[in-house]
Amino acid sequence: MKKTTIIPIGPYHPLQEEPEFFRLKVDGEKVIDLEVEIGYNHRGIEKLSERKTFDQSTFVIERICGICSTSHPFAYTRAVEDIFPMEVPPRAKYIRTIIGEGERIHSHLLWLGLAGHFLGYNTVYMWVWKLREEINDIMEILSGNRQSYAMFKPGGVRRDIKAEDFPAVLKKLESIVPTLTMLKKAVESDPVLHARTKGVGILTYEDAISYSALGPTSRASGVARDVRKDTKIGAYADADWNMIITKNGDVFDKVVVRILEMFESIKIMKFCLKNIPDGDIDADITSVPPGEGIGTYEAPRGETFHYVRSDGTNSPVRHKVRAPTFMNLPTCHSTVIGQTVADASIILAAIDPCYCCTERMAVVDPDGNAVISGRELVEMSRKKSAFIKEQMGIEKLPLDNIESL
Amino acid sequence: MTREEILSDIKTRFQNDIIDDFDKSPARVYIEVQPRSIVPISRYIFKELGARFNIASGLDTAENIEILYHFTFEPINLLLSVRVKLDKNSPEIDSLSGEFHAANWIEREMHELLGIQFKGHPNLKRLLLSDAWPEGVFPLRQDYSEWDKKAVRDRGVK
Repeated sequence: MKKTTIIPIGPYHPLQEEPEFFRLKVDGEKVIDLEVEIGYNHRGIEKLSERKTFDQSTFVIERICGICSTSHPFAYTRAVEDIFPMEVPPRAKYIRTIIGEGERIHSHLLWLGLAGHFLGYNTVYMWVWKLREEINDIMEILSGNRQSYAMFKPGGVRRDIKAEDFPAVLKKLESIVPTLTMLKKAVESDPVLHARTKGVGILTYEDAISYSALGPTSRASGVARDVRKDTKIGAYADADWNMIITKNGDVFDKVVVRILEMFESIKIMKFCLKNIPDGDIDADITSVPPGEGIGTYEAPRGETFHYVRSDGTNSPVRHKVRAPTFMNLPTCHSTVIGQTVADASIILAAIDPCYCCTERMAVVDPDGNAVISGRELVEMSRKKSAFIKEQMGIEKLPLDNIESL
Repeated sequence: MTREEILSDIKTRFQNDIIDDFDKSPARVYIEVQPRSIVPISRYIFKELGARFNIASGLDTAENIEILYHFTFEPINLLLSVRVKLDKNSPEIDSLSGEFHAANWIEREMHELLGIQFKGHPNLKRLLLSDAWPEGVFPLRQDYSEWDKKAVRDRGVK
């Protein structure tokens, strides 16, 4: 007789910052069934929004998630603007695009670091999160905040960005590219990473369609879906950029999609900073007429969807929020079943479920001086590469050329 | 297919089921249909026309319980919202989860927050609310008062 064991992951798992409960049913090493339970963190934001004015709601929904703190207001303000329908001033569109893309880079970096951490690659985690500081600094220069930028309001943006900051921002953006390229090369050629992620947790094209998977999760399975391309919002129609699509649907492809997307985001940000038009940043909305509006935005994880209904008063009658993880999480049913338990953690993490960790990280001694320098980190990374090389009998890895960067 | 072809195709094919249609803007169309025909219409839009199911949003209006099923036609940038109006006393509609997986979770959510029965749903248990939440109290209904006595008592707060 076959024996089935249940392995619970969560709700408070040391690896995952947010409460989600995965009940894995396993037969030996193999996962045969999965139950997902959510709702441990339900905060009733939709209901709360009904008691706020249209302007106040922007701040409420910005606090749905620290990582998506631009995507939700972006979709919400578009939903309010869709009630009329009205257009926001061109300068506001560009500012929105810049902030949105900055958020995408930091979110993908955050996920990449965590993915490395999940796989036991803490060097990747440290490297990536150090790089993420750069993009957080850029956002601080532009908006005044490292997280929760509070730049959005129905009709435009709340604050302008200053031309005198642009050279510093562009320089920082340029400085990110070589490190990203190094990361890309490392992912492309690391045999251990290949062994852990290639052919693991495959989401087929058919399942991606049936589950309505979104964002990098669907694009890694060959489904060409991107709100930025499809609805031509913001400055995305003006900029020259590519939608990244791969077709294998495994964890490796999801990593690749996210890394390549960061290059596109840098492209878009650079274009916007160089071509931002002058003019108003806000189309002063004085009242919202009765009606209903729908707003979408491509958050780093996929499409964020907001539905707002107004009855002519100053607060929404109904505000429906659909985060991308709501659609992506059920896809775990098709990806994790049939895989081994050891791979389950990276598969469940591969959709980038929303981890709201926003703390800064640095290794310092009590006087505040950095203890581990970049060079030492490289040294650590090299030692690890050397170890892998020895284990797998490989001659040379691209990580050996790190010093030239 | 173009926007006009899709809309006229849906309108001729389901002319007996469509109650009302509202062409709001180039990117937004709302159609209201009979609740009994939601499954064939959604199946046609999703499987034959190749739209993506965004989500459904339920709400409690003065007269009805309303559900809007949002579908996106990505290549032509069209968001089609299919509206059904249900009886407020016993809101009930066929489940779409048999047609595509994406409808599964949102139907569970609407079931617990608005009290809509989805006939044929395989697993209509709670998704978001805690097990201690009292039966028959639906927080997104208009008659729900935020500090519902039953709700407060059941969570151990005086």
